[in-house]
Amino acid sequence: MERNYDLEKRKYVIAGAVVVIVLIFLIRLLTLQIMSEDYKKNADSNAFLKRIQYPSRGVIYDRNDKLLVYNQAAYDITVIMKEITELDTTDLCQTLKITPEFLRKKFHDIKDRRLNPGYSPYTNQVFLTQLSAEDCGVFQEKLFKFPGFYIQRRTIRQYTYNAGAHILGDIAEVSKSDMEKDDYYIPGDFIGKLGVERSYEKQLRGEKGIEILLRDARGRIQGNYMDGKFDKVPVAGKNLRLSLDIELQQLGERLLEGKIGSIVAIEPSTGEVLCLVSSPSYDPRQMVGRNRGKNHLILARDPWKPLLNRAIMGTYPPGSTFKTSQALTYLQEGIITTGTSYPCNGGFNFRGLHVGCHSHPSPLQLIPAIATSCNGYFCWGLYHMIGARQKYGSVQKALNTWRDYMVSMGFGYPLGIDLPGEKRGYIPNASVYDKAYHGSWNGLTIISISIGQGEVTLTPLQIANLGATIANRGYFITPHVVKEVEGEPLDTLYSKKRYTMVDRSHYEEVVQGMRAAVLGGTCRGANLPDIEVCGKTGTAQNRGKDHSAFMGFAPMKDPKIAIAVYVENGGFGAVYGVPIGRLMIEKYLKGKLSEEDETLATEIQNRRIDYGIHER
Amino acid sequence: MGFTRGSVWKNVDWWTIALYLVLVICGWFSVCGASYDYGEPNFFDITTRAGKQLMWIGCSLGLGFVILMLEDRIYDTYAYLIYGVLLLLLFGTIFNPHEIKGSRSWIVLGPVSLQPAEFAKFATALALGKYMNEYTFQMQRTRNLIAVLGIILLPMILIILQKETGSALVYLSFFLMLYREGMTGAVLFSGICAVIFFIVGLRFGAEIMPDDMTSWGEFSVLTLIILLSAFLVGRFCRQVPQLPIYIFGIGGGGTLLGTLFSNYVIPFNVCHLQLIICGAIVIALLYFYLKEQIREYLYIILFVIGSGIFFFSTDYVFNHVLEPHQKIRIEVLLGMKDDPAGAGYNVNQSKIAIGSGGLFGKGFLNGTQTKLKYVPEQDTDFIFCTIGEEQGFVGSAVVISLFMALILRLIVLSERQETRFGRVYGYCVLGIFFFHLFINVGMVLGLTPVIGIPLPFFSYGGSSLWGFTILLFVFLRIDAAREK
Repeated sequence: MERNYDLEKRKYVIAGAVVVIVLIFLIRLLTLQIMSEDYKKNADSNAFLKRIQYPSRGVIYDRNDKLLVYNQAAYDITVIMKEITELDTTDLCQTLKITPEFLRKKFHDIKDRRLNPGYSPYTNQVFLTQLSAEDCGVFQEKLFKFPGFYIQRRTIRQYTYNAGAHILGDIAEVSKSDMEKDDYYIPGDFIGKLGVERSYEKQLRGEKGIEILLRDARGRIQGNYMDGKFDKVPVAGKNLRLSLDIELQQLGERLLEGKIGSIVAIEPSTGEVLCLVSSPSYDPRQMVGRNRGKNHLILARDPWKPLLNRAIMGTYPPGSTFKTSQALTYLQEGIITTGTSYPCNGGFNFRGLHVGCHSHPSPLQLIPAIATSCNGYFCWGLYHMIGARQKYGSVQKALNTWRDYMVSMGFGYPLGIDLPGEKRGYIPNASVYDKAYHGSWNGLTIISISIGQGEVTLTPLQIANLGATIANRGYFITPHVVKEVEGEPLDTLYSKKRYTMVDRSHYEEVVQGMRAAVLGGTCRGANLPDIEVCGKTGTAQNRGKDHSAFMGFAPMKDPKIAIAVYVENGGFGAVYGVPIGRLMIEKYLKGKLSEEDETLATEIQNRRIDYGIHER
Repeated sequence: MGFTRGSVWKNVDWWTIALYLVLVICGWFSVCGASYDYGEPNFFDITTRAGKQLMWIGCSLGLGFVILMLEDRIYDTYAYLIYGVLLLLLFGTIFNPHEIKGSRSWIVLGPVSLQPAEFAKFATALALGKYMNEYTFQMQRTRNLIAVLGIILLPMILIILQKETGSALVYLSFFLMLYREGMTGAVLFSGICAVIFFIVGLRFGAEIMPDDMTSWGEFSVLTLIILLSAFLVGRFCRQVPQLPIYIFGIGGGGTLLGTLFSNYVIPFNVCHLQLIICGAIVIALLYFYLKEQIREYLYIILFVIGSGIFFFSTDYVFNHVLEPHQKIRIEVLLGMKDDPAGAGYNVNQSKIAIGSGGLFGKGFLNGTQTKLKYVPEQDTDFIFCTIGEEQGFVGSAVVISLFMALILRLIVLSERQETRFGRVYGYCVLGIFFFHLFINVGMVLGLTPVIGIPLPFFSYGGSSLWGFTILLFVFLRIDAAREK
């Protein structure tokens, strides 16, 4: 290889650059480590005590600015293991009201790195958490006797109302997996476990600060290092304003006492959730302080499953409330018009298949069919849609078109509410039936989905959202429970209109049907003298007694509230669903219940349904 | 290549191997120190960070041994293949569903997670070596230069797409090799000028002279441009001997007079005067270019105009192109914002840790500042803190000097290569080590921006250790095959 001596000289430039950089580093090290007075002080690392400063967690209000969740002072005791000298264990145990066995186990657990992965004998480790001010006061007086122990002020959550536990959620000490997922957390920190405490954890928690304190050789604190220049000030968490109306929530929880079920109310124009009741519920105040673990376990083992938020996690057959979505689909696809009549002589009878119905005039048109909740009408509709070969080509394509309509209405997938654990419900597609029936099926095989039975399931939230969509005549805004985060815009998801595949004009027709149901159909019990209520009952068959359901909204023009009520094994829709729905609408729109309705509310509150669960 | 080759073990450069072993062992002790926070040391337990690192060191030694035993020519032969495979892997990781700490750059194979970016450096160096070794290759030929840039930029872009900007910047180190191979020094010169203009312009941009009109940042940069153009003319255009003196005299003197006038008589923006001077220099140089037909004049004109445009666009780039967190990092680094609690927190904590080490340090395992979470990433990117705290100035100086020795030794080895392939590869390797050392240690000392790249052989992690081991030992193997 030929050599280019001119270029070879460049090796000296490169070597020179390396040497110069290394020299710069050495000079920098020299100034940092030897010349600088500031850092020299640090030579004795015991001069520093780093104390974490906890920010106050954001508080939570309801839509009318009623305080729901706030903070109360509590005290943690922490310990630096390396600093413990001549510990008088009996005195310590007496002061803190703990047993020597507990103390021994606690020290052992602190040092066990499997339980406490961030353990270091040089830093503060959590010893006891959430002491009351009185207990801590006693300890504070004797603190000088226990070197290595420190008191750290913390806050715990307090709840103003015994309501809305599922939405508010709670906080608890971080688990090992929480710490692995986000290295913001260290042992002893708190994190939202359920409800908005979890879904808005990042906004509520704020940001921890660090205070660097100087100590003398005996460990006495001398003040902040360099006047706090290196301290990190904690940033307080952001407050939340929920869209929830706590009084409406309370009424809902009262009405569902002793029953299993849900009530969901939404403001249609904004998608704000006004109440989200899941029964049975529990007192959020149980989940606070040092008894949280114990109480949580009791609730988790309760056969009534009070921890389950049925409003978003329970998936149920929607029953006849689903018929409204069918009417919309058939109208848009041109399968029916408002003038189309179908016969119903005690039900749908065709080729040996029978779907029962109650007695009403026959044949009938769409509006009376919705008003009387006629099964036959909607079975015919689906049969004709699935069988429309010249329009769709095959039953598969027809059903998948149907599926697309359902999905556009918010079924079959989680709606995206800002609460953890929302379920998707179930909307079948063609391949499901192809697999189940080996490709040979038709409209008759799957007829029950047209009346909200069979494979179809929805969450109560999705049913309420259907009500809101009809109230809006064709669109919905993703339901959400948080109306406002202090100083931060809401996710745009919660302000965007999501249109369904159905035109506005068809919605008007369904609204007429729902209004007729209240005036002279199955929902007469929902009628209010001065408010135009629209509604639809549902009576969902299942293995046990029928579920009682109601979906509605009011007023008909310019709706303010859309609601879904679902009571497990409550019988006909008119038994529980309709009166509960009416009471909730009345309460929200008028602010209070009339006297006789107050009596009715108490009567419903005291009614019990036998679920065969006795250990309560 | 001759047929009589000495044994690998006779020819291999034992100096480099010794340096490598010392660095790796020091690295392991540092990881022990950084990850240790328990009463009883348990460094050989495989579940601890120290134990795992030891296992990876063992694997690396095995890897090094295997590489030395393999035939040296496979690297030349399969260079493009290796490069292609790694590009595919990099491309694949963009769509990787597994996220580790928000990064998709890891490929998870059972218990082992690998970062292809660490190995792509090696592959790129090989590909560069192979391409530049071709008989027809000439640095000055545009086609070849574009191909070389392509080989470097392709993996860089893929790594940027994985949001690992730090790892991607390492590829800039290949320019050191290109410089050695004959890339015109103008490129490095422009690069350094750009950095200086950027820093000076930003740092002093908002500070105003006593006349209330002139910005210090703008003034300094324009002064630099005038002086540098005088220097360049003096260095490269000797046809008119008085020209640089005129430029220096008129430019420097004009600026000085203008400044005095502005400060004591009538305030005006001196930069406007400087811009006029720059314009005059450009016109003068253009005249001489047309008269003498010597290209160097044109280049200097380009330098003057380019510098001006670059400087006035940095403001825009800084405010509109950079991400907010990058902006803050730069502002803190330049001392424009004192924010020890926020963006400066890491660096301040690391400076406290190092500063507390003193001359001899606190001793192995006795460091406390680096324990737990006060210094973040204390056993990966910020591991140099542990050395500074526990081993003090002496230990840190030894470690840095060891790195310097390794890099200088690699320069010697590269220069004795008989093929361009070996030399190019060698310079790539030493460039990478140099870049890592410069950025990582500089970051910990608060001299360079916080860019998350590991310190070779020290930072905890298998991928990076293996990556550097492969890089180094392949070069040693190529070197051992030389004839003399």
